Amino acid sequence: MTKPLETENIELSDKQKKAQRSRSIAIAVVLVVLVAIFYFVTILKMGPAVMVRPL
Amino acid sequence: MSMVDSLDKEQGGEQSDILGSLAMPSDYFALLKPRVMSLVVFTALVGLMLAPGTIHPLIAVLAIVSIAIGAGASGALNMWYDADIDAIMTRTAKRPIPAGIISPSAALTFGLVLTFMSVMMLGVIVNWLSAALLAFTIFFYAIVYSHWLKRSTPQNIVIGGAAGAFPPMIGWVAVTNSISIESVVLFAIIFIWTPPHFWALALFKSDDYKKAGIPMMPIVAGNRSTQNQILAYSLVLAPVGVLPWLMGFAALPYAIVSITLGAVFLFFAFRVWQMPSDDKLMVPAKKLFGFSILYLFVLFATLLAEAIWEKLV
Repeated sequence: MTKPLETENIELSDKQKKAQRSRSIAIAVVLVVLVAIFYFVTILKMGPAVMVRPL
Repeated sequence: MSMVDSLDKEQGGEQSDILGSLAMPSDYFALLKPRVMSLVVFTALVGLMLAPGTIHPLIAVLAIVSIAIGAGASGALNMWYDADIDAIMTRTAKRPIPAGIISPSAALTFGLVLTFMSVMMLGVIVNWLSAALLAFTIFFYAIVYSHWLKRSTPQNIVIGGAAGAFPPMIGWVAVTNSISIESVVLFAIIFIWTPPHFWALALFKSDDYKKAGIPMMPIVAGNRSTQNQILAYSLVLAPVGVLPWLMGFAALPYAIVSITLGAVFLFFAFRVWQMPSDDKLMVPAKKLFGFSILYLFVLFATLLAEAIWEKLV
């Protein structure tokens, strides 16, 4: 069995930090794109009639 | 050596592999087999453009993106499963897992997440029949081909070829929400094209496959039998390639292109058949392999051009 990982004692090298940052940015970009996709598809599927409603 | 490296060694490396990884996003992108993905995108686009009916341009783009991500997911799952043999073959030794850049567990997680994402996206945004087909395609490539067939039978790429043949059908279903005979013909062209394409490669790369223990046709049945089978499949492929025109969903330019290229394909297959089975350079096999890629690309490009032309006029 492996020991639990103590992340606070780990010091990443500059290369590892750079790689981790790049991966984090890539994940952030993918998440933002997904949000935009689902937002626009929802608007598209609702259609223009969604704006026509009695007050 | 960084502390993570030493932790990796002490703890078996699995828990700290992502934290201390040097993998860049481009390495994860390489896991998706971008070259295979581009062919999938292209054939799926042809299916989508050829299909009767209309689809909103945004939905069409997202359908293609979902299919591309699904294809990438199956590529990642394949690389995870095949990492041991990829390390042996010169063609695949530099892939991210055998090169030690991405850990197997990270690749597996990445592949599974992308599988889930692509199928759900296609289902929610486009329709559930195309999503089901995409899920089946990924299952077929990652489990049926990679897990069951690849290392156990010389018919591996014959049956496994179905996975590569599904994308135009998925593109078609994305528009029509039904499977029709035309989409089956598109499937059949790629399905029958796959054996002569891969066996031509296997003829001049048989040492690599032998080293990795993959029972490709030339290793199991010998070069002569493979040459015969390449010719047999090519004899079937040439007329099947003309079917879109014969069945009325492609026009005269496609007829001219498919008949001409089919004849050239047969010529190259015949040269492979004529080649001595102990040939060292295997030049005819290399030529057939190169031409087979051109054949499929030009056939589908012609279908695409005709579909665009028809929509514009």
